[in-house]
Amino acid sequence: MAERIATIGSRVGLHARPAAIFAEAASEQPLEVTIALEGEPAEDALDASSILSLMGLGAEYGTKVVLRAEGEGAEAVLDTLAAVLETDHDTE
Amino acid sequence: MSHAIQQVFAGVGVSAGRVIGPVLRMPDPIAAPADGAPLPPGASVETETQRLADAAAQVAAQLKERAAHATGNAQAVLKATALMAADRSLLKSATKLVASGTCAESAIWEAADAVATQLTALGGYMAERATDVLDVRARIVATLRGVPAPGIPDANEPFVLAAVDLAPADTATLDPAKVLALVTSDGGPQSHTAIIARSLGLPAIVAAGQSTELADGDLVFVDGIDGRVVRNPGSAEIALATAYASREQVPEFSGTGELADGHLVPLLANVGSGSDAQAAAAAGAQGVGLLRTEFCFLNRDKEPSHEEQVEAYGAVFEAFAGAKVVVRTLDAGADKPLPFLTDASEPNPALGVRGYRTDGATPGVLARQLAAIAQAAADHEAEVWVMAPMISTPAEAANFAQLATEAGLRTTGVMIEVPSAALLAEPILGTCDFVSIGTNDLTQYTMAADRQLGALAELNDPWQPAVLQLVAASCRGAQNAGGKPVGVCGEAAADPALAVVLVGLGVATLSMNKRALAPVAAVLRTINLSRARSLAERALAAPSAVEARALVRAELPELERYGL
Repeated sequence: MAERIATIGSRVGLHARPAAIFAEAASEQPLEVTIALEGEPAEDALDASSILSLMGLGAEYGTKVVLRAEGEGAEAVLDTLAAVLETDHDTE
Repeated sequence: MSHAIQQVFAGVGVSAGRVIGPVLRMPDPIAAPADGAPLPPGASVETETQRLADAAAQVAAQLKERAAHATGNAQAVLKATALMAADRSLLKSATKLVASGTCAESAIWEAADAVATQLTALGGYMAERATDVLDVRARIVATLRGVPAPGIPDANEPFVLAAVDLAPADTATLDPAKVLALVTSDGGPQSHTAIIARSLGLPAIVAAGQSTELADGDLVFVDGIDGRVVRNPGSAEIALATAYASREQVPEFSGTGELADGHLVPLLANVGSGSDAQAAAAAGAQGVGLLRTEFCFLNRDKEPSHEEQVEAYGAVFEAFAGAKVVVRTLDAGADKPLPFLTDASEPNPALGVRGYRTDGATPGVLARQLAAIAQAAADHEAEVWVMAPMISTPAEAANFAQLATEAGLRTTGVMIEVPSAALLAEPILGTCDFVSIGTNDLTQYTMAADRQLGALAELNDPWQPAVLQLVAASCRGAQNAGGKPVGVCGEAAADPALAVVLVGLGVATLSMNKRALAPVAAVLRTINLSRARSLAERALAAPSAVEARALVRAELPELERYGL
């Protein structure tokens, strides 16, 4: 199981627009990716391609989250998605 | 079409204009399915799961399609809602319910409810998104039932929207390029529908009780000037609509409101945010006659911070450097409840603890707001005045003036919305510097007629001579108090004919939606003060609102010329 900690870069937090961008990116990956707030048990992690789960996290600017994926290419997938989370999508 | 029987539906015209177009009805809201209703007869868990997945996919595709045709913020919102419709975790929890024997409608209803509850609990912005989840849910259930999706219909051709009434939320999806006119069977002249229509410049008729008979595809003539809808219009209606379409363009507002004789009537704008204020300044508004500060507070579960408030008010002051900005302190209660300030269980909230009255029940919020206003005023060049809503007595006015003065604000005033304040304008103005008449509430309280009730639309009309009498009484009181200024910031100021009457009664400034600035200015410019006074006298003496309006309009030919 590969893991990556990412810090939310959108100043508005994981609001609808940044959440939509991330959910779309996650659903385009060949692997299933989960997301959880840092410090929460892995079994409570949520589907990272679900916009509703992402919004339900209540993650704000600067919140740390854990991305997890398993399988071939997991590291690369997590690198891609962590970069999306750390971008401020509110300024674009 | 030409052989079809003509039928006239009477209502109250609340926004001028004459157009012809096909009707589309606002679909009925989606009724909740029974809690945990079983699988429909003949369905298996597999077929029902498939039916649900298909419906969700169809809704997601429709929303995606709409997003492709939208731009900017609307596109972002539609894209996000499309993703919600296709959301895997939402479908997964609904599918689990189907597997335990629940029908698709009840399953998605319950699953979305859980998500919405979770978002609501997060508060603030996320709580607002709960509405989007419920909208997606209603669309999926509509698809499952084979009925039209709720909300404003989506059509390629422009149409006349017929509805029972519109909610504030409908404004977001109302595309003025697609909607030709609004017709509602319910709602009054001060209803949300009326306010939306005026702000978008769409012809509108409310309280047309029989208009529920209108069906999709009916061709209608909508006359927002005379308040009637004609199904299957004939040559007379076509001529009227054609004349309206070729009306003379109202000249742009020059930035100085004045009568033909040069008597100045500053025309100000009603605004509710910094961006609103910029748009109003661009339209030539000479200042802000009503800054609604609720925008800073609504949809919040706790009071905004000092810094947040200073920034929000400052954004408005910045757009009007050197000009007057009248700030109304928080007007919570009645149709604008706030969890930390108002009591939702009041039996009669319009007559309850609202506006200034919340300071008695929850002291502190007002003082902190005044401090933020004073800070923002000190940071900017605007000439800041403050006023309190829902003042009934001179003592309340004095208390407010003292609070505002303590906060460091120099010019203080109160709104006249309650008849007692109109009658006591003179002693009230002994305690403060100005008054501003809120005609929407003054009308509802004078006539004892709920402004949202279509059945009382005739009473709820600012042309009612009793309402005009109270405006006259306020102006006399202000005169006796040393000639202090009286403004009007209700919807009445945006009606060019009524604006003439208000000026004739002694009102010094008029504040309105920015769209009304040019038409009001164009009509005021054609009359002098003595004529405005004599028209006001005649309106005061008219036996009814309808007659007052008709006799004043008959004397103002510019209304016809500009199609107002």
